[in-house]
Amino acid sequence: MFETLILILDATLRVSTPLILAALAGLFSERSGIVDIGLEGKMLGGAFAAAAAAAVFGSAWIGLAFAILASVGLALIHGFACITHRGDHIVSGVAINTIVAGLTVTLGLDWFSQGGQTPALTGDARFTSIVFPFAEQIADVPVIGLIYSELLSGHNILVYMAFVFVPATYWIVFKTRFGLRLRAVGENPHAVDTAGISVALVRYRAVIICGILCGIAGAYLSTAHNAGFLKDMSAGKGYMALAALIFGKWRPVPVLFACLLFGFLDAVAVRLQGVALPGIGEVPVQAIEVLPYVLTVLLLAGFIGKAVGPKAIGKPYVKERA
Amino acid sequence: MSNQTPPYAIELEGISKRFGAVQANKDICLQVPKGSIHGIIGENGAGKSTLMSIIYGFYEADSGTISIDGEQVDIRNSQDAIKVGIGMVHQHFMLVENFTVLENIVLGAEGGAVLKHGLSAAREELKRLETEYRLDVDVDAVVEDLPVGLQQRVEILKALYRGAKILILDEPTGVLTPQEADHLFRILKSLKEQGVTVLLITHKLREILASTDNVSVMRQGEMVAHRETATTNKDELAELMVGKKVRLKVTKDTAQPTGTVLSAKDLSFFDSQGVERLKKVSFELKAGEILGIAGVSGNGQSELLNVLSGIAPLSSGEIQYAGQTITASAPKNAAQMRDLKMAHVPEDRHKMGLVTGFDAYEAAVLGYQNSEVYNGKVLMNRKAMLSECEQRMTDWDVRPPDPFLKTANFSGGNQQKIVIAREVEQNPEVLLIGQPTRGVDIGAIENIHEQIVKLRDAGKAILLVSVELDEIMALSDRIIVMFDGAVVGEVPADQADERTLGLMMANAWNEEKGAAEA
Amino acid sequence: MSQAKVPVWVNVGLIPLLNILLAFFVSGLVFLAIGQNPLEAAGYLVYGAFGYDAGIGYTLYYATNLIFTGLAVSIAFKAGLFNIGGEGQAYIGGLGVGLLCLWLDSSMPLIIIAPLAIIGGAVFGAAWAYIPAYLQARRGSHIVITTIMFNFIASSLMVYLMVNWLKEKGMMSPISRTFQESAWLPYLHDVFSPLGLDIGNSPLNLAFILALLGCVVYWGLVWHTRWGYQLRTVGTNPTAARYAGIDNAKVTIWVMLISGAFAGLVGVNEIMGVNHNLLLNFTAGYGFAGIAVALMGRNHPIGIILAAILFGALYQGGAELAFEIPSITPEIVVVIQGLVILFSGALENMFKGKIEGYFLRRAAA
Repeated sequence: MFETLILILDATLRVSTPLILAALAGLFSERSGIVDIGLEGKMLGGAFAAAAAAAVFGSAWIGLAFAILASVGLALIHGFACITHRGDHIVSGVAINTIVAGLTVTLGLDWFSQGGQTPALTGDARFTSIVFPFAEQIADVPVIGLIYSELLSGHNILVYMAFVFVPATYWIVFKTRFGLRLRAVGENPHAVDTAGISVALVRYRAVIICGILCGIAGAYLSTAHNAGFLKDMSAGKGYMALAALIFGKWRPVPVLFACLLFGFLDAVAVRLQGVALPGIGEVPVQAIEVLPYVLTVLLLAGFIGKAVGPKAIGKPYVKERA
Repeated sequence: MSNQTPPYAIELEGISKRFGAVQANKDICLQVPKGSIHGIIGENGAGKSTLMSIIYGFYEADSGTISIDGEQVDIRNSQDAIKVGIGMVHQHFMLVENFTVLENIVLGAEGGAVLKHGLSAAREELKRLETEYRLDVDVDAVVEDLPVGLQQRVEILKALYRGAKILILDEPTGVLTPQEADHLFRILKSLKEQGVTVLLITHKLREILASTDNVSVMRQGEMVAHRETATTNKDELAELMVGKKVRLKVTKDTAQPTGTVLSAKDLSFFDSQGVERLKKVSFELKAGEILGIAGVSGNGQSELLNVLSGIAPLSSGEIQYAGQTITASAPKNAAQMRDLKMAHVPEDRHKMGLVTGFDAYEAAVLGYQNSEVYNGKVLMNRKAMLSECEQRMTDWDVRPPDPFLKTANFSGGNQQKIVIAREVEQNPEVLLIGQPTRGVDIGAIENIHEQIVKLRDAGKAILLVSVELDEIMALSDRIIVMFDGAVVGEVPADQADERTLGLMMANAWNEEKGAAEA
Repeated sequence: MSQAKVPVWVNVGLIPLLNILLAFFVSGLVFLAIGQNPLEAAGYLVYGAFGYDAGIGYTLYYATNLIFTGLAVSIAFKAGLFNIGGEGQAYIGGLGVGLLCLWLDSSMPLIIIAPLAIIGGAVFGAAWAYIPAYLQARRGSHIVITTIMFNFIASSLMVYLMVNWLKEKGMMSPISRTFQESAWLPYLHDVFSPLGLDIGNSPLNLAFILALLGCVVYWGLVWHTRWGYQLRTVGTNPTAARYAGIDNAKVTIWVMLISGAFAGLVGVNEIMGVNHNLLLNFTAGYGFAGIAVALMGRNHPIGIILAAILFGALYQGGAELAFEIPSITPEIVVVIQGLVILFSGALENMFKGKIEGYFLRRAAA
């Protein structure tokens, strides 16, 4: 029983990682007032760029660099539409998701001729597990051994990065000058403007950071969690990250827990497939899978707490005649 | 001020600014001596706010120069303005509501990439500023929890923290209680003692006379007079502000009012921010009269129209109309008020009275879209709508008389005729009409005024809101003056003159009367 | 009012046209990037979509779905709402159609099943839109987010129902039993052949006529009923709507019900018209494509029909293209679709200021 729990938690960490990265990405963007439903597309674009570059150059790190480049490029398109041209944030996000869904397969087929996939990645082209020192030696120690060797040890570098990014995001958003301006611009851009700060510049920086994080999330999908790019491999994770962002009320630590909760539900769902629970019987997997979305809707409806986003979110900034 | 030796704290020369067809500022010159409180007074739309926005770098002037301490400066954005020592307290506060006072104050002047050191340095500096200028605020409080008076103090501190030597306050008392306003003026005085130059923008004469050293008057985008405050008085300022306008001529007989059709008792209204916009307003409206509501805009007239027409809910008080008692707990919405034959020509036809993307014939039924006249069983009766619209366009001389033309493409006067025709032709018992001739050309004004009088002569009751004093005086049979959400006086039209009304609008009348009685 | 001087054709013709052309131009660059001649590719696309009878049939079959989802997105836009949940509403609408067909196909003739199934699809689609609509109108929950969530919920619900309840016994894949022919919507080629007309075999069926009827209903509803009057007022000027005594919340709910109903009708085409059984993932992104159709069709039924046919042609022509040039995937049309959303949606203001400025200066001179 304990071992099962550890295995589920271990899977939770793996499944949550891209959610955490993407949700933090969304946090930067939305805190600045730019709605981002394009997390999905940026992640997918990053996944493709990472796998393609890793396949060509044989290095996961070069793959990661390309993932970030691709994702930041998409983020800048979003910024160009929403910040410079005051376009609709939702429409722009849908456009990016759609373009990427088609473009990755199109380019993939042209470059690798494998039906839109990238070649299977091996060796240095993937991020491999990092085994903690003495993990094997203490694996047999009760409780602690299992936690150390199974749960904590044995993940790839990007998983650990994601968890480090949470306190880092907290620090940036709440303890730095940039964070102060970021939060201000999402709440009241007029106040920022009259304080002599460029609203557009702060927002562009925010979407670039969003792009970087989505790129890492994408690289995780194709060069760490899997060994190559598959069509539509982001499979809604961007949207789930968006849900986690709302569920965590746009705050880094609650967002982390929302991602872990959603990841946990996913891990449990996989585990429970076809298993009859004592006293309950077989729980349909879909009922568990759907919980993140149902919970988010309930939260938005104000039935479980209240999600109040940044006040100026989704509104283009226009200097008005005072 | 001629005896003051230059350089001035701030000097403007030949500032002009145009927005499309509107000349908001025209060749403005202004000299403000260092360490003085300088008032700028004028009616709404006189161009005060535009001028201040130019000084603060929100807009760039089309021409003219700004000099600070005798040196010409180039102010292209707010950052430039802050650099040369200008601070501004906006009419609508520029604060991030869920930030603490401290966070708001350091925003844009954080003193380093990491907040920690900057914040503790700011804390120290603020302590000094607070004692120096007697501006105490809890720096760790969250702004949205503070009353407006304190929020304003945060704005002042924010400017001082950035080293402002010139402080601009745009209508600073609009949101304050009298006590808070008094406190503000004490603060301004101590700022002045510390050598800060203050520019005070207001339309309230009392404030100018009570707190400034010099005053400049603006009218229709121009600076019309500069006075030392000690050498001028209310009457002169009121006249300068309003100007001698061409008297509008409306031919009408004496009103023959009959019974009361609408009586309002202690109407109060709080807006979504919890500010009391209407304060126990009471009046009676009789059939066959035009009741004019005078006042500088923003003193509760819009809210009064909204509450009467059912657009905004009453907070307390009651309206007796058409045999119904309307209260906060028994409200009526806009559609229900229309059914009770209350018509409403809103003050802002673009925001409220029309849908500018609609064709004229569609805009001509707004509010009456469910009426049987315009509807068949399922579809709207387009034929009826069109023929009625064409008829009205002829009757009201709307040009061009094309029911299919987009509403946006009519001139202001013709748009207004479409709205007024729509409301008047419903044969209402009460017509609420706001700013009937705003943005309307001269020819149309006469026509609109005639129609209003005609409706009165047909025994209907009319409530007229206008910021144009001469319009109020020309049309009304009885005049009520509103100030700060309350009714401050009532005058029969034949006894009203510009001076009396102007003083009432600036809330200086009662004091003068009080002083005379004492 | 400065806009008054910009000729109407600039705003409704020139600027949208420029945006579309730019989208196609960038699409051409994508073709170049993968080493293809865009003009040659366009030739294959056009031939595949319009070059022969069956090709046209396929184009119109795809267009049918796109008209439904385009109308769904568009009518919500008209009231200022963004219904991004067309995908889920179409899915659940299909469920409604399928359940009715499975229930009635052995006991009723087509003449009874067809209208019931159409109503069923519309009602199921509307019901799926109702909850997000209610939450937006009464509890202020952002409808974009809730409709996205409902897409995923719909997807899981369908998997659950298909796997656990509706799957044909003994089958591995989650597909229901095939309906009896009394629940098949006739193919248009079968309708036309007794008249001596051969239009080539394609999945095009009577649902296409239903889609055209939907456009007429949309047109009448939006521009010729008091209800449409209210919805347009709410969508363009909510303050004026309050002034006119219109209940914004009520309008929000109603318009979303209709929007969901339009989306639900995709099920009629897919389930009753083509697949003849209930299956997974038949919505295949039509809900999202509807956004592109609505944007490109400028929220007008005629525009929506034209845009839907254009995208239908891209789908069908894309398949032809992939057949002719194996190194191209049909997914390339998804890229074009995305570029259209980007340029005629998110970047619609890119040229606007400059072009209007030009015409204003010209008018002034």
